[in-house]
Amino acid sequence: MLAEQILSQFQATGVQTCFHGRHINPQIYADLNGSNWHLKDYESRGGYQALRKILAKNSGVTADDATASGMTPDQVVAVVKESGLRGRGGAGFPTGLKWSFMPRQYAGQKYLVCNSDEGEPGTCKDREILQFNPHMVIEGMIIAAYAMGIAVGYNYIHGEIFKTYLRFEEALEEARAAGLLGPNILGSEFSFQLHAAHGYGAYICGEETSLLESLEGKKGQPRYKPPFPASFGLYGKPTTINNTETFAAVPWIIRNGGQAYLACGKPNSGGTKIFSISGDVELPGNYEVPMGTPFSQLLELAGGVRSGRQLKAVIPGGSSSPVLPGSIMMDCTMDYDSIAKAGSMLGSGAVIVLDDSRCMVKSLQRLSYFYMHESCGQCTPCREGTGWLSRVVDRIENGHGRVTDLDLLDNVAENIMGRTICALGDAAAMPVRAMIKHFRPEFEYHVEHKTCMVPLYV
Amino acid sequence: MISEESKVRFAQEVAKYPEDQKQSAVMACLAIVQQEAGYVSAESEAMVAEFLGMAPMAVHEVTTFYNMYNQQPVGKYKLNVCTNLPCQLRDGGKALKHLEHKLDIKMGETTPDGMFTLQQCECLGACADSPVLLVNDQTMCSFMSDDKLDQLVDGLRAAGDK
Repeated sequence: MLAEQILSQFQATGVQTCFHGRHINPQIYADLNGSNWHLKDYESRGGYQALRKILAKNSGVTADDATASGMTPDQVVAVVKESGLRGRGGAGFPTGLKWSFMPRQYAGQKYLVCNSDEGEPGTCKDREILQFNPHMVIEGMIIAAYAMGIAVGYNYIHGEIFKTYLRFEEALEEARAAGLLGPNILGSEFSFQLHAAHGYGAYICGEETSLLESLEGKKGQPRYKPPFPASFGLYGKPTTINNTETFAAVPWIIRNGGQAYLACGKPNSGGTKIFSISGDVELPGNYEVPMGTPFSQLLELAGGVRSGRQLKAVIPGGSSSPVLPGSIMMDCTMDYDSIAKAGSMLGSGAVIVLDDSRCMVKSLQRLSYFYMHESCGQCTPCREGTGWLSRVVDRIENGHGRVTDLDLLDNVAENIMGRTICALGDAAAMPVRAMIKHFRPEFEYHVEHKTCMVPLYV
Repeated sequence: MISEESKVRFAQEVAKYPEDQKQSAVMACLAIVQQEAGYVSAESEAMVAEFLGMAPMAVHEVTTFYNMYNQQPVGKYKLNVCTNLPCQLRDGGKALKHLEHKLDIKMGETTPDGMFTLQQCECLGACADSPVLLVNDQTMCSFMSDDKLDQLVDGLRAAGDK
């Protein structure tokens, strides 16, 4: 057999993780099967209808068409504001508001960027959107470009999902050939060109200004903010950056209206959200459910805790979000406000589940190593602090911890937070503080007994 | 030296960006170089620098900043196993150990026959597929139980140069 054939046997199909039929009222993952990602398939699911709707007036659709009036850019922004859509990449910033920050009358080039640099440990949703439904992201980006008067866009894709990057390039070719990208889209006055770019292994490039640096062909070190990308972005031009899932939500909102989207979720958390569930569950995968779905129900969709064990802890929004004990999580609903009230963040929607066989020291050890490895080195508190945190957690795990180490960890974490250009420093510090806050006895046991309180960890 | 075919691909990447922003294509060009030559040498960096009108050091900064560029030659197959927390909870670390044992090398090393380089890596963005590994920067292999890892290694060995 050829090497290529051998490798192809092990490639993901999405059957377990995406086409499991256990989503609730899905919008982005609806009716996908892995092979129906092409333009014609997307159109048969109602794809590009939203774009046709907003461009109707310009494209000469007959007057008896109910949507013939089209939509102005301001109307599009208003609908997105009304929908309550918030950024799905982690920060949860209201999308319509972000779009309204773009200078409308700016004479020069403006840019639209999609952040598909999905590297927050636990998060694997954008990969399956781009792999199985790429045109939804393309349509969302075209609509966003129309709303903000932007002519050029880039989708920056995680280098590790290289085949998905190639898939997205194919989808772009289909869209170009159909006149959906390029000059005078669908015969209208509106022109927009979109390209794909890839990263090559740097977690920090998920941070938006670092991503812009990378897109400019430099090492991905974050920029000071302000100025924000809306005034000084790619090549110093006004730029709007949204996450993949955020763009993918837009066509549905335009087709069905802002109110309908808001009604899918909860006030202040409109629509559906894709949760990537990993760790100790029976059925890890992506689950698209309405915002506000109880965590207990989400856990059930994922088959419950693995092997009938007890839920110990949950990291609810990607590795940077503070860990919460299982008992607190079981009372939460999956939306921005509920998780924030419980003391963590909805983040990217990456739910990492830990069962009662897990040692929290060992879990933190791996996370702290990660942040040390991925610190870009620009700010001293982060560059030195992440290494310090990692080394101290390491020695506790390996039986060389000192009684003063827990306070030291807390102190180092506190001195990183808020003292760096970007959020990576905070992201490294928050898990440390939350782990010690909620599981202090386990850390103390490690220091005192030079061994693990939970010896089952594999 | 870099082939004419690769240079055609360079030009396709450059065409994505404004005329005065050729540097934006450096990430893609270095990935193309690595695909063809197996790693990014100082000579390759100089060639990319000339093609894009960049200082060689600016190219070197990119090569050294991003994890996936190989700064030295690697084996015919580079296996990057994710061991980050979500994968650690689902046997990512075990998969790495299994491969160390199977290939009789430590992580970071290359087998004496030059077939395999084994590395630990950070999040591949496929956490629900764990254990998961990336082969030669392009092909992700999912749900890699010990049996499948054996099939992968044995299969690639049998395929030889094919």
